[in-house]
Amino acid sequence: MTYAADVAALARKDLLLELRAKETLPSMLLFVIAALTIFHFALPSGTSHAAALGLLWAAIIFTALLGLTRAFVAEREQGMLDALVLAPCDRSAIWLGKALAVLAFLVAAEVVALPAFAAFFSGLDGRTVAAVALADIGIASVGTLFGAMAVAGRARELLLPLLFLPMAIPIVVGGVGGYLWFLALYDAIFVVLSWAAFEYVVSET
Amino acid sequence: MIAARSLAKRYGEHRVFAGIDIDLRPGGFLLVTGPNGSGKTTLLRVLAGLAAPTAGSLRLPERHTVGYLGHEPLVYRELTPLENLTLFGRLYRLPERGARIGMLLERFGLWEVRHERVSTFSRGMQQRLGLCRVLLHEPSLLLLDEPYNALDAEGCELLDGVFDEHRTWVVATHEPRRVEQRATERLAFA
Repeated sequence: MTYAADVAALARKDLLLELRAKETLPSMLLFVIAALTIFHFALPSGTSHAAALGLLWAAIIFTALLGLTRAFVAEREQGMLDALVLAPCDRSAIWLGKALAVLAFLVAAEVVALPAFAAFFSGLDGRTVAAVALADIGIASVGTLFGAMAVAGRARELLLPLLFLPMAIPIVVGGVGGYLWFLALYDAIFVVLSWAAFEYVVSET
Repeated sequence: MIAARSLAKRYGEHRVFAGIDIDLRPGGFLLVTGPNGSGKTTLLRVLAGLAAPTAGSLRLPERHTVGYLGHEPLVYRELTPLENLTLFGRLYRLPERGARIGMLLERFGLWEVRHERVSTFSRGMQQRLGLCRVLLHEPSLLLLDEPYNALDAEGCELLDGVFDEHRTWVVATHEPRRVEQRATERLAFA
């Protein structure tokens, strides 16, 4: 119960910060709509649904990356990771709170992006929406872990894409193929791994 | 409270410090002095448990009994003082945190601006809020890195009053005159 309250307090803090700063979500929205618009005009008419779906996943992954680069900005610029790590709460609560906030931003961006995709291309089926929802969980969990790693590194802007994009390949494979079981398995594995690994990532920052 | 033997810290080939011995008893005051870049901040980070020593042994009190103020006040600039302290009060599991937060904000002259964003504050006001945060959970060990930084005369006097409290202190500064008479232990970096 205390753990859940800690997670809720940390996630609420991130949502409040975004509400005040209005930096991450507007950037993500602008990016994903711009990317889908470019794809719409770049693709020749009569392009297959599978090809369009591939571009949707590319847009989602890069939009997520944009959000993830902003996820730890306050912790990085204001040294707040030190203050959070020193608190006696379970350190994985810091990861979970942040991952939930990232997830909320992703879902908010997709609430706009998916209808836009449906309008620009060949509609949207329930399987794709389910795949996106499952992918969001994996993206938020792995991305938040790598975001914390990047805070400690020197070449931060470089490190996050280098760590995150290879790990996003299975998500794209599962998403384009519509393999929901594969995405669920990815989530199960990487949520647990990220949750357990966060303690070690922030131990020497 | 703190027992360190032959403590050393390196970053790759760069040796920050080595051979540090510390015996700090409850109620003691360790004054760490030295020029900029001499390793004071790194030592405080090691003592706070934020960085691991490369060599040596170190015994520290439990995490919830430690308060750490670094070069930055370690508060969220887009939150208000009340929101910052409520968040940390929650994470430190403070009972009746509202009363404690109110008392600290009053003491450090921030009550009137408790609903304003920290980003609108001067650096001195942010430092005052950093002191509120670090005292919030009534730590028995306080690690303060250049605590007088940016404080005006009134702020410095408030901090002097904090030092009168019976706690264990490790204070790093390159201007030791203000706290020199309180020191029970000294550590000078070259």
